[in-house]
Amino acid sequence: MAAPYDLNDGSVVVIIGSGAGGGTLGNELAQKGIDVVVLEAGARIEHEDFINDEWDSFSQLAWLDHRTTGGGWRVSKDFPNLPAWIVKAVGGTTTHWAGASLRFQEHEFKTLTNYGKVEGANLLDWPVTLAELEPYYAKAEDKMGVTRTNGIEGLPGNNNFKILKAGADKVGYKECHTGNMAINSADRDDRMSCQQTGFCFQGCKWGAKWSTLYTEIPKGEATGRLEVRPNSHVVKIEHDDSGKVTAVVYADKDGKLQSQKARIICVAGNSIESPRLLLNSASSKYPDGLANSSGQVGKNYMRHTTGSVYAVFEKPVHFYRGTTMAGIVRDEAKHDPSRGFVGGYELETLALGVPFMAAFLDPGGWGRPFASAMDSYANMAGLWIVGEDMPQEQNAVKLHGELKDKYGMPIPDVWFTDHPNDTAMRNHAYKQGESLYAAVGATRSFPTPPYPSTHNLGTNRMSEKAQDGVVNKWGQTHDIKNLFVSDGSQFTTGAAENPTLTIVTLAIRQADYIAKEMGAGSI
Amino acid sequence: MTTIYEQRPGLSRRELLKRGTIGAALIISGRAVISPDKAWGMETTALKPETMATLIKLARDIYPHDTVADRFYAIAVKGHDTKAGTDAAHKELIEAGIADLDKRAGEGGYRGLGWEDDRVKILHDIESTPFFQAVRGDLVVSFYNQKELWSHFGYEGESYSKGGYITRGFDDIEWL
Repeated sequence: MAAPYDLNDGSVVVIIGSGAGGGTLGNELAQKGIDVVVLEAGARIEHEDFINDEWDSFSQLAWLDHRTTGGGWRVSKDFPNLPAWIVKAVGGTTTHWAGASLRFQEHEFKTLTNYGKVEGANLLDWPVTLAELEPYYAKAEDKMGVTRTNGIEGLPGNNNFKILKAGADKVGYKECHTGNMAINSADRDDRMSCQQTGFCFQGCKWGAKWSTLYTEIPKGEATGRLEVRPNSHVVKIEHDDSGKVTAVVYADKDGKLQSQKARIICVAGNSIESPRLLLNSASSKYPDGLANSSGQVGKNYMRHTTGSVYAVFEKPVHFYRGTTMAGIVRDEAKHDPSRGFVGGYELETLALGVPFMAAFLDPGGWGRPFASAMDSYANMAGLWIVGEDMPQEQNAVKLHGELKDKYGMPIPDVWFTDHPNDTAMRNHAYKQGESLYAAVGATRSFPTPPYPSTHNLGTNRMSEKAQDGVVNKWGQTHDIKNLFVSDGSQFTTGAAENPTLTIVTLAIRQADYIAKEMGAGSI
Repeated sequence: MTTIYEQRPGLSRRELLKRGTIGAALIISGRAVISPDKAWGMETTALKPETMATLIKLARDIYPHDTVADRFYAIAVKGHDTKAGTDAAHKELIEAGIADLDKRAGEGGYRGLGWEDDRVKILHDIESTPFFQAVRGDLVVSFYNQKELWSHFGYEGESYSKGGYITRGFDDIEWL
């Protein structure tokens, strides 16, 4: 068999989504000789066509299908229809991401054991350990070209990093460097090195930053066993009387519904669309949606505590020059409840252009306090807080009661409220960030609230027991053997680290498992 | 169609003196709003020119950048006139909102209040109204997304065509 595949070819693995999970899984399976169809809702936009302009790029790449929000989070008030800033295009959110590639820490796989029961939180241990994932983390780091691994030099520090490092040294932080980044510091894997362009979030026009768009996908396509169908918006997953999933219904580029048969289906549409799809695939046999015997599909939505600190200095910084995420302080990523919260956080530099600074520095802000902040733009440095937020059942991706998309399917309604642990952690991080910048002469700083979520996790979580989650340690759904989840919605907890490396790691390992099971004839 | 044009000739000094209102920097002439130095003018088609003049003033009070010229604020709000031309509800929102501002300001209207503090006091009173939120929310993009304004803020914009910043100062900070 070779790509392209017939709609009636039920021997293929169908993957929904082409990002860190779907794109990697597709290539890994194709390399093993397995036939794969990847259905991507978005268009295929090659990296030469990315745009160095914040709002124009946003229109080009962002997932802008109608969504609603609820709960106590400020995003719901300031951006009621934009719960997340993620991508609708081939490559998924790996086109937009900043490149931070950190392994989770050992204790973060066992949060219930290590943090204990936290009132109001739905903590649970992962059914995998760091030791089991280590060989796959190593493969992922090599695949993605992560700096400070595999003999790859760290990236040089830009102005924003230099301020972070100077401040970190002053306040006594010990672990501050230019990060473990999936951005080439030298030519590697037929891709050139970083030119410090400053538009990482708008897609890397050089291809220096790793994205499945120009790595996994073309490599998979070269085997002849991977077919990527863009502009294919999946609407529903179908199953037979035995409960096995059998086909994926999607709207093609002309809006016409098509049905692709499948031997195995892997859902990798990121943590809002993936649970939505399972819920929208409800049937008389599965009235609560697919793989939802636990009731946990859509629940435990996490997005990291986030928030930013921007600081103003007497002299210019031009922090937008260079990589958007140019460095990290890791000292606070430990579990140390004496600080007043469980779990930890990373501090990572961040820069925005004038248009996005105006939109996100202080949403809703106006008048002289706001304008004077903007007038200091050239003298700003900034960082982003990535902290472990608590899984809560009430934080969930639900189906909207009335509103439907153009295919007649209920749209996602994303509910989130901070847990007291999240707030305590964020406030601690704001204070630490402000102290760091004050130590090197900041005259003014801002505790910027969380942006629309760029890390979206947990809504189809892994669990040892079927009653506690949606998938097992392989990302295979507890209820349906040939249905898998392959994106960050698998995460049992969020850890303090950016998710992409772990998503890629799990996808490489899941490919091994799927291939083994297919070979044994069990799926 | 809303038009903005630079350097409109033909307005005599006598015209300016006759038509200028006390305390208002912008001049209304026919359907046009004109800058006092005649450097630019804007014709309104759906909104009243007085409404547009007040919108420009309001825009500056919402995001006051003292060294940024009026024309950037004018460009930022002209979309309201265009939208009012096809959307009756929007036209009503803006006209009623401006009328309310003028009413709260008393004699001379909003533009007649000389001190920023007095105008901003009124804005605080109306800041949760749909009118204020519509104007402010639109301005975040229509004002700050003007490429011609970015150099004022020290932002250099598009970078790929110039080879990124690897040789253009990405790490040139010297004062640490």
